[in-house]
Amino acid sequence: MHLTTNTILICAGGACISSGEESVKEALERKIKEYNLQDAIEIVETGCMGACSLGPIMVIYPEGIYYQKLTPEAAEKIVEEHLLKGRVVEEYLYQGDKDKLIPQPQKEIPFFSRQVKIATRNLGVIDPLNIEEYIARDGYFALHKALKEMTPEEVIKVIKDSGLRGRGGAGFPTGLKWEFARKSPGDEKYMICNADEGDPGAFMDRSILEGDPHTIIEAMTIAAYAIGANKGFVYVRAEYPIAIERLSAALNQAREYGFLGENILGTDFSFDIEIRIGAGAFVCGEETALINSIEGERGQPRVKPPYPAQKGLWNKPSNINNVETLACVPPIIINGPEWFRQWGTEKSPGTKVFALAGKVKNTGLVEVPMGITLRELIYEIGGGSPTGKKIKAVQTGGPSGGVIPEEYFDTPVDYESLNNLGAIVGSGGMIVLDEDDCMVDVAKFFLEFSVDESCGKCTPCREGNKIMYEILDKITRGEGTEEDIELLEKLGNTIKDSSLCGLGQTAPNPVLSTLRYYKEEYLAHVRDKKCPAKKCRDLISYVIDPEKCVGCTACARVCPVNCINGEVRKVHEIDQSQCIKCGSCIEVCRFGAISKVSPAIE
Amino acid sequence: MISQSEIKKIVEEARKEALEKQDILIYTLHKIQDKVENNYIPEESAKIISKELKIPLSKIYEVLTFYTMFSTKPRGKYVIRICTSLPCHVANGREIIEAIKDELKIDFGQTTKDGLFTLEETGCLGLCGVSPVIMINQEYYGNLTPEKVREILKNLKGGEEK
Repeated sequence: MHLTTNTILICAGGACISSGEESVKEALERKIKEYNLQDAIEIVETGCMGACSLGPIMVIYPEGIYYQKLTPEAAEKIVEEHLLKGRVVEEYLYQGDKDKLIPQPQKEIPFFSRQVKIATRNLGVIDPLNIEEYIARDGYFALHKALKEMTPEEVIKVIKDSGLRGRGGAGFPTGLKWEFARKSPGDEKYMICNADEGDPGAFMDRSILEGDPHTIIEAMTIAAYAIGANKGFVYVRAEYPIAIERLSAALNQAREYGFLGENILGTDFSFDIEIRIGAGAFVCGEETALINSIEGERGQPRVKPPYPAQKGLWNKPSNINNVETLACVPPIIINGPEWFRQWGTEKSPGTKVFALAGKVKNTGLVEVPMGITLRELIYEIGGGSPTGKKIKAVQTGGPSGGVIPEEYFDTPVDYESLNNLGAIVGSGGMIVLDEDDCMVDVAKFFLEFSVDESCGKCTPCREGNKIMYEILDKITRGEGTEEDIELLEKLGNTIKDSSLCGLGQTAPNPVLSTLRYYKEEYLAHVRDKKCPAKKCRDLISYVIDPEKCVGCTACARVCPVNCINGEVRKVHEIDQSQCIKCGSCIEVCRFGAISKVSPAIE
Repeated sequence: MISQSEIKKIVEEARKEALEKQDILIYTLHKIQDKVENNYIPEESAKIISKELKIPLSKIYEVLTFYTMFSTKPRGKYVIRICTSLPCHVANGREIIEAIKDELKIDFGQTTKDGLFTLEETGCLGLCGVSPVIMINQEYYGNLTPEKVREILKNLKGGEEK
């Protein structure tokens, strides 16, 4: 191995790739070669560094200088200035408050410094395609400890004592799940990893698979040892091609190194893992639907009981854990349950990865101790609103969850507290909503999703959600009645009680929780034909303020239906009968003369 | 169109990859769809799969039509999947959808006349940090604006003409 002067970690997570990471890396390599520095400078493509809104990102060591929003030109300049001459290139540094430049935000900015990384410990730190980097970060040590020093029962006890709960949404205690599968009679058992992440707004599982695939392989092997399985499956969505590619490569390396296959680490325990790829069905994230899909059937859920621990894949006892849950397992085995319990609350120990999205400054992934308040999460770590508009609520748990209004932001984030508010921790998606977001629209949006994704097996979910959607659609068009609102509530509760699987049982939640906190918004739509957030198209009109309009014609030129009339330097006017409410005019007006009003002008 | 011998080869490969009898179907469908020029499963192919795997044709269609990523109709060379989940919606995803529909003059589920583009909806792609997001075949595109997306489509069209 040759000595290097600098190591560049460049984030190759899905979000950074989509914003041009590859061309940045190519520019770096080209320029480095031009100066013949390729032996002195090492470039490592890592998993997701978390700060997706700043991408593409790279960190240059030994100093740990953090460069953001890179372009190929930026990369060339950084090679010439930073690497060659030792001068930090200021224009691509992280900008703190009041445009203060912060070369090492990892230490100073709460978005980075307040995180406690357990499940995401290797993300952005190692090359996911290099097993030796994983091993250097204590990788496969937990497997060694479990196989050589512990009985399966002891492994289960450690996980039980740690209080780790399923991170996929339901929050069921992981150790207990393992124990059921262990005690379930049968010689053939299966260990399954649920990587069919589909909740809108959640992307921690994708990031872990892309950035640290070996942790999943190690954890699955430990779990398989604990429950007595010799075969495992990872069920990944087809929408995650990068994750599939990296996991496949990691599986091959693990086999090569003897961490998978026959007689692992010289013991008599054998285990191997195969990947199964989904084909675009959200309901397959439900564990029994997932099992059906692996079996090559339609991904429709089964009636529970029997639970997968009794009759799972091919009717054999099976254990299913979510990606993030599994990623917590190796550190818990190494450090013990008490170590894990130092974070979080009594009933929700440890950390949780949240995906911040929507109207928040720092979007991306953050791993924080459970019990942190929503306010800390959204304002301190998330940096609050990017536009200065008032944050109205946060939507947690995707289509199975609910909204939490700003007044409740001092609530600690744990399974029980959020349940009490009518929301859920869920898979950890947090979509921040501001005053421009209409709650009826949000509810309708999620319901449309659930209607699309309903597998059609049971009537309450298939028909009931559709009717709820139709009512919501009516309300957003200004045609709803107060009876409709009552019906929504009744239907929602019935669907929750009578649906077969988790999808149907939780699908009405977005409606019920918005009704709980924002009934007045529903009533405004129904009684006054008014959308307070001015989002519902049928209830708004665009108008030009004659005081502010200077007659620049910008709006008239951009209007796709030519419904804005007016001469140069004279006040313009919108023909309401022709307007399609596309909003193009508001975007181009530099004088703030165009605004939305609700109710709509007849 | 894909030939019978090619389908046989795919099935053979699938058997070699230690897939069990029961779970081979979805895997095979993926492989065949990737190989077929128009990104779909033609009826002829479905019949051959049925014979090769000894699975009734009705069962194959039962599975085929359940999953949104499989198609029974020919699709364009570029399958555009637009994320229609909430994080993209609150980031003005609606405008992206309108820009694409306007640029290509097609609606969801349709293919352009030149056979280049098919427009589909998808659930969350997990790139909410850079929303709004679309996927074209296996590539992600994030932080989109109507202008950006029009440019991407124009570039793809332009690349085809050359």
